[in-house]
Amino acid sequence: MAVARCLCLVVDDSRVVRKVARRILETQGFAVEEAENGQLALDACRRHLPGAILLDWNMPVMNGIEFLQNLRREFGPERPPVLFCTTETEMSYIEQAIANGAQEFIMKPFDDDILLAKFAQVGLL
Amino acid sequence: MSPHAFAVFAALLRNRSGLTIGPDKLYLLETRLTPLLRQHRIANLDGLATRLAQGRCEKLARAVVEAMATNETYFFRDITPFAHFRDHTLRYLHASRPASASLRLWSAAASTGQEAYSLAMIVAESSPWLGARGIEIVATDIARTPLERARAGHYTQFEIQRGVPMAALVRHFQKQEAGWRIAENLRAMVRFQEWNLLTDLSPLGRFDVIFCRNVLIYFDRPTKMRVLEALAEQLAPDGVLYLGGAETTLGLTSRLVPEPGAPSVYRRVSDATGTIALEMNASSSAAASAIERRPVSRPRSGAFGTS
Ligand SMILES: C[S@@+](CC[C@H](N)C(=O)[O-])C[C@H]1O[C@@H](n2cnc3c(N)ncnc32)[C@H](O)[C@@H]1O
Repeated sequence: MAVARCLCLVVDDSRVVRKVARRILETQGFAVEEAENGQLALDACRRHLPGAILLDWNMPVMNGIEFLQNLRREFGPERPPVLFCTTETEMSYIEQAIANGAQEFIMKPFDDDILLAKFAQVGLL
Repeated sequence: MSPHAFAVFAALLRNRSGLTIGPDKLYLLETRLTPLLRQHRIANLDGLATRLAQGRCEKLARAVVEAMATNETYFFRDITPFAHFRDHTLRYLHASRPASASLRLWSAAASTGQEAYSLAMIVAESSPWLGARGIEIVATDIARTPLERARAGHYTQFEIQRGVPMAALVRHFQKQEAGWRIAENLRAMVRFQEWNLLTDLSPLGRFDVIFCRNVLIYFDRPTKMRVLEALAEQLAPDGVLYLGGAETTLGLTSRLVPEPGAPSVYRRVSDATGTIALEMNASSSAAASAIERRPVSRPRSGAFGTS
């Protein structure tokens, strides 16, 4: 049975984080695309809308929350699901993420268990 | 470790907590008991076994039982039992009980409290339709140390992330310097208490819902049978038991039957007729009246609370 793999866009300015996330997601059968800031991620979405987005907050050029606002404005309020993945762990950030249409919030550092638990919580696994 | 020492530990654990360890678990004894040696100034595990065999040190015996227990747990573990509780059981019980009756929920191997607080979160989020319904959550475990953590309601970022959805985190937790603390209203909802499942459970009273998850797996067959019988005794006739994913009542007791189509969900069978006891109460509400009388031998799926 040929099933198209879900494409996950990993947006983070750290190459190491992108690599770790890619490894975890690929083992679960996701196809992975990477972008190193919000602007490049937006470009990628315009070319081809992914099935899920893992999103860092602090990045040069365009940060995560700006990217999310642009994404929701252009592509609608829910899809694709966005999971923040950031070192910011204050409640105010989580509330801001929710208000702008993120589906989940992962606090760095993360590991396989956490990443996959969060993907399961939003129905991607 | 000498075979004699191993036999002493195995017997102590089996008698006190039900934990069954085979010789393949020797390494587990070593890794988990070695820290106790330093604490109690005992030279080696053989020495510890000798002390235990003398049977005079209750504190030491308890420490061994606690050290050998696996306390791993997380919020909303496996998700589906909690979704079933939220969407079916809680609604059914609320509809079928008199408004003045409190619902009693029990987390029977509560460890550090995540299971009990998951139930508390569901109850809190159901308050729009639960109204003023009284709900009591009792959470018990044989081990003291995890219960202390449970009572404090303080969790690390890792523990939070493994199971608490973002929306629930915002609603039910406060950020602390290190980690997160459960909201006071949820903490107040749960009563934590030390209790051994191998002892008389009747003082705890009747429960409408029992979560007894991921503890029977550590017991041998006779102990599983005995505990399941005792749980059935504490369960209301139309109550629901939730077990862990690797646990079952099949072949162990005829008093608790799996709910067709709902993994981990078990119901009581009425003792006299062998029919699902639920029918005895099936007149008091719309939710309940949707449940038809049915013999246990021919269970039908999806009837419970699906209206
Ligand atoms: C793996 S945890 C399960 C926690 C939770 N119910 C869950 O499913 O995530 C098992 C717990 O059972 C407790 N336990 C072991 N033997 C017990 C007994 N005889 N009576 C009560 N609790 C027991 C242990 O102390 C431990 O905290």
